[in-house]
Amino acid sequence: MLGGLYALFATGLSLVFGVMRLVNLAHGDLIVLASFLSLVIVDNVGWNPFTTLVLVIPLMAALGFALQYLLLNYTLDSGLAPILATFGLSVIIQNALLEQFSADQQRLHVGSIETDSIRITSEISIGWFSLIMFLVAVLLLVGLQLLIRRTRLGRSLRATSDDQRTAQLVGIDNRTLYAVAMAISLVTAAIAGVFLGVYTNFDASSGPARLIFGFEAVIIGGLGSLWGTLAGGIVLGVSQAIGAEISIGWGDLAGNLVFLAILLVRPRGLFPGPEPE
Amino acid sequence: MSTHGAMAPTVAVVRRTWTSAVAAVALACILGVLVTVPWWASQGLQRDFVEFFTLLTMAQMWNLLAGYAGLVSIGQQAFIGIGGYSLYMLGDRGGVHPFGAVVLGGLVAAAISIPAAALAFRLRGGYFAIGTWVIAEVLALLTLNGTDFGLDLGGGVGVTIYSAALLDRGLRAHGTYWLALGAGAGAVLVAYALLCSRVGLALTAIRDDETAARSLGVNVLRTKVLVWIVAAFGCGVAGGVWFLNLVRVDPAAAYTVNWTAYMIFIVVIGGIGTIEGPIVGTIVFFVLQQELANYGVWYLIILGSVAVLVAVFVRGGIWGVVERRFGLNLFPVQRRVRIDPR
Repeated sequence: MLGGLYALFATGLSLVFGVMRLVNLAHGDLIVLASFLSLVIVDNVGWNPFTTLVLVIPLMAALGFALQYLLLNYTLDSGLAPILATFGLSVIIQNALLEQFSADQQRLHVGSIETDSIRITSEISIGWFSLIMFLVAVLLLVGLQLLIRRTRLGRSLRATSDDQRTAQLVGIDNRTLYAVAMAISLVTAAIAGVFLGVYTNFDASSGPARLIFGFEAVIIGGLGSLWGTLAGGIVLGVSQAIGAEISIGWGDLAGNLVFLAILLVRPRGLFPGPEPE
Repeated sequence: MSTHGAMAPTVAVVRRTWTSAVAAVALACILGVLVTVPWWASQGLQRDFVEFFTLLTMAQMWNLLAGYAGLVSIGQQAFIGIGGYSLYMLGDRGGVHPFGAVVLGGLVAAAISIPAAALAFRLRGGYFAIGTWVIAEVLALLTLNGTDFGLDLGGGVGVTIYSAALLDRGLRAHGTYWLALGAGAGAVLVAYALLCSRVGLALTAIRDDETAARSLGVNVLRTKVLVWIVAAFGCGVAGGVWFLNLVRVDPAAAYTVNWTAYMIFIVVIGGIGTIEGPIVGTIVFFVLQQELANYGVWYLIILGSVAVLVAVFVRGGIWGVVERRFGLNLFPVQRRVRIDPR
C-alpha cells in the first residue's frame, strides 16, 4: 500500500525530469517540508491534517514556482549546475528544519482512522488509512495523466519535453512553463508529505530517504511510464515489507538491493516507456 | 636559395609559464615547511592541519570526478566509510600496522568501486548522482547489520580502533599528520599528473564534446571509470586518516552524506574544474567552519546558500574569478601554442 505513495514521490521527480531534464535532489526534503508545514498548522490552528492541505498545497505550489522561476531556470544550460544547486537546496532545507524543529520524531494525527481496518479474513486485514492513501495516489496519478494528455497545459509540457527550442518557436514561454511544472511537482510533494506524515514518523533528516525511494520507484518501473512508476512503487514497497519481516534492520536494505538487482539485470526498468531518441 | 623556411615562425607547444614555475618553487617550499609541523606546532594546530588535509584530499577527488569527468557523485561517503572500516578490519583483526592499513584501505575502496561502477554507470547525470547515493546507503546498512551475515562491525554503536588507540601517542600524532599531509599533497599531485597525461587530454575532449571525443577514438567509459577508481582510492585513504585521528568509527559518522556535501561546497565555492579551486575552497571552508562553529547547523545553511548561489550565478567559483581577472594559473594543465617570430 505504501507503493502508491512511493509512486507519488516518483511522479513528482519524473515530471520535472521529463519536462526540463532536471533531477531535483531536494524533492525528498520538500516532501518533508510539506509534512512540517502541515504540522505547524495542526499545532497552531488545530485543524485536521487533511484540512491543512487547503493551505499546504498552494504554499508548496508557490514555493515551487518561485524556486524554478528565480533560481533553477538559470541552471538549465549546464549539466552540472542543476544537480549542484538542488543538492545545495536539499542541505539547506534539511538543516533549516533541524534548526527549527530539532531532530525529534514527529507524527501527524488524524484520529481513529489511522488504526481502523477492514477485516478480509481472520488473517488478512487492510488499514482504512493505507487503503485511502493508495486510492488517493492512484487518483492523483490518473489526474496527472489526464492533465498531461488532454489539456492545453499538458500539450505545452509534452511539446517542451520533446523539443524545447521548437516549442519556444511556436510561442511557448518555457521559463514560465518550467515554473508551472515545478509547482505541479510540489503539489504532489505536498500531498505525499501530509499522507506520509500520518502514515509514519518523520524528522528533519528524512528527506534523502524519500528522494531515494521515489528515484528507486522510477528506475524499477522504467523511465517515462506512469503505470510503470506505480508498479515500481509497489515492487519497492513490497520488497521493503518482506525485508522488514526477515529482520528489523533489513527493510530499507531489501528495497535498495531489489533496486540494484533490477538496475543490473534490466537497466531500463520492468516496464520501460517508449525508447527515447 | 630560399629564405622562406628561415622566416617562418617556430611554433612550440608549452605548458609551463613563469607564474607556474614560481608557484612550483613556492609550493615546494610550503610543502617543506609543512613537513616539519609536528616538531614545532601545538597538538591543536596539528589536528587542524590533519582535518584540513583530509578535506583537501576529498575535495580534490570530487573535483576530478565532477569538474573533469562530469560525474557528479553524491556517494563518495561510501569510500570514506570503507576507508574507516578497513582501518579497523586490517588493523584490529588483520594485525596490519594502522599506518599501512590506511593506505591499504584506499586499495580496498578502489577495489569495491569497480563493482559499484558497474551499477552506477548505467545511470546518467542526476540519476547517476542518486544511484551513487543508494550504493553508499547500501554499504552503510550492510555495515550496520553486519552481524546478520557473520561480520561484526559493532552495529550502530561503532567500534574503537584499538590498534590505533594503543599506539604511542606521539607516534600516532606524527604518523597521522604525515599521512594526512601525504594524502593532501598526493591528491594535488595525482590530479595534476593525471590531467597532464593522455587521460587529461581525453577528459578535456569528453568535457567539450562527448560524441566527438568518442568518434576520435577516446575510450569514454574507460577514462571515466579510471577517474572513478582513483577518486575512490583517495577518499578511502582520507577516510582512513580521519578515523585514525578519531580512533573510533561508527556508521553514522562514516557514511554520512555530509562528507559529500563538504566536498561539493568546497569545490563549488573554490572553483570547479581547476586544481587551485579545491585548495582555495578548503581554506574558505575551514575558516568559515571555525568562525561559525558556535552557530550549530547555521554554518551548513550559510555554506549551502553560498554554494547554491555560486553554482548558479558564478560558475567558476573564487578561482574562476581570479583566473579571469589576473590570468593566474598555478597548475597549468592546458597546452598553449607559443609562436616565436624570427
